[in-house]
Amino acid sequence: MPLSTQSQGEDEQYILVTSLDNARNLSNLLKAISFKDHAVFTTTPNGLKVTVEDCKCVQANAFIQADIFQEFTIKEDLITFQVNLTVLLDCLNIFGGSTSAGISTALRMCYKGYGYPLTLFLEEGGVVTVCKINTEEPEEPIDFDFCSSNVTNKVILQSESLKEAFSELDLTSEMLQITIIYFLELSTFGSSGSAHYDYSKDSDMMELFRCKETQTNRYKMSLLKPSTKALTLSCKVSVRTDSRGFLSLQYLVRNDDGQICFVEYFCCPDEEVEEDS
Amino acid sequence: MKFRGKIIDVACLNHFSRVITTISKLTKTCVMRLTPDNLFFVLSGKVTNGGVSMWCELHQANFFDEFQMEGVSSEFNEICLEVTPENLSRALKTVQNAKSVKVKLTKKHCPCLTVAAELPSLSSNSRVVTHDVPVEVVPRSLWHEFKEPSMPDFDVSIYLPPLKTMKNVVDRMKNLSNFLVMEANLSGEMNLKIETDLVSVTTHFKDLGNPSWGKTSGPIRLPVPQINPNVVEVTRMTPHVSTGDAASQDGGASQSRDPEAMAEVRVDIRKLQQFLVGQQVNPSKAMCNIVHQSVVHLILLHDDVSLQYFIPAVA
Repeated sequence: MPLSTQSQGEDEQYILVTSLDNARNLSNLLKAISFKDHAVFTTTPNGLKVTVEDCKCVQANAFIQADIFQEFTIKEDLITFQVNLTVLLDCLNIFGGSTSAGISTALRMCYKGYGYPLTLFLEEGGVVTVCKINTEEPEEPIDFDFCSSNVTNKVILQSESLKEAFSELDLTSEMLQITIIYFLELSTFGSSGSAHYDYSKDSDMMELFRCKETQTNRYKMSLLKPSTKALTLSCKVSVRTDSRGFLSLQYLVRNDDGQICFVEYFCCPDEEVEEDS
Repeated sequence: MKFRGKIIDVACLNHFSRVITTISKLTKTCVMRLTPDNLFFVLSGKVTNGGVSMWCELHQANFFDEFQMEGVSSEFNEICLEVTPENLSRALKTVQNAKSVKVKLTKKHCPCLTVAAELPSLSSNSRVVTHDVPVEVVPRSLWHEFKEPSMPDFDVSIYLPPLKTMKNVVDRMKNLSNFLVMEANLSGEMNLKIETDLVSVTTHFKDLGNPSWGKTSGPIRLPVPQINPNVVEVTRMTPHVSTGDAASQDGGASQSRDPEAMAEVRVDIRKLQQFLVGQQVNPSKAMCNIVHQSVVHLILLHDDVSLQYFIPAVA
């Protein structure tokens, strides 16, 4: 059943039809937030948001605007459903997820509405794979209540500089400590000692540095470590903290075609917040 | 019982080594049959290997420069040995650069296939490397278990899609399900399907082509592959056609079959994956015979070797 000859009748039953010439533009982004099995899809005429949460303490969102898709037809103002993200990624990569140039998998993703599976049509080299993934009642994503007006500190820097730190993070440290004064500091306290990564506000890598108030916050390493995947994909990252110490990491990602998408991580600080001495 | 073979051509040695490596990926142990003209690697379908069976046939002259063997008796001029192909593969890999390699049946503390090679050396004296690969002699009373398989009375015969594509898809499907349905029809269409509570996935292959077979009855006799792959005569393979069936009188059961109707077999996905993982080189011909709800019979023909693999249906 080639993608292009799907019958008109079928199409009319779908409330959501999206297509991409290169499925990697979706699967790469989803991989960057795939630290749990389940993801909530929220679709509006503006585009697609995919949300993954853990322990009610960390939340990751991937945003793909409608104009990134070659086709984006939505018949309702808001469509939400939940799917198994691991299964979805296996389906999106059914042809092996090859990264060689010139070979891409085309994707058509359709949904008929509540109670129906998410249907994927994937095509590579004339071979078509049809996947039907069961959808579930979506869990209400947490509202971290993180608004720009409440932002205490904001730093935007090039991802390159943070990539090295994140890839070397001492995983024996239970916490990742983030301090913002007139520099940004990431610290770990592991079994063999502590490590600090400092980023000066005057560094070339720094694009913006706004510190209203000195802050030191600690976050569970296990919750933040998955954000490394999003960091690796991104070219720029914004680090923001609010008065409660909540953390917002926003990643600017360029897909295979150079288009811009966003990934965002929210994380609650760990209960015992160390006062800066 | 005596056996002594010598390979002096580097390409032949590489070929032989690759064949043994492929076999080692398909099964831990198998039986090696030596006749004056051929080598066979046989795995007979038993419950312990999930009912999978394998038949690999090599014409010795395509590999060996010298080949001398004396079987158990003049009446039964054949040697049957149980081998662990991985051990033989490792031995052959270490002598890839040899000027010549000898393979002999020897008796050390137990029967062995001894691989001996002269390796190039910087000094004027060559190094001689010897590997003793233990084997077990299979008594004649058990030889009937390792007979050539007969061609099943298949419902559909079809050429396989590119093995690499099949492997990619099956690898992902294995993450989603333990069982896979393989179905094909006489219109050159094949589907691989999995279905679980969470997800159903179907991959559609088209325009694969269906091989045509001769109509005389008899056991399968794959032609001895010629050096020139274009000479492989598919028509010499003869299916065992059931007689007495009115439908088959007018030219064979396959002609009365609805070309769109699918023959299907549900298999353990790991068995199919194991078969695909072992294929390192693209075969010149790759086919599959399906007996509805019974068995998948995979046939690969390379330049110098033919391989058949049977995967039984699971309930």
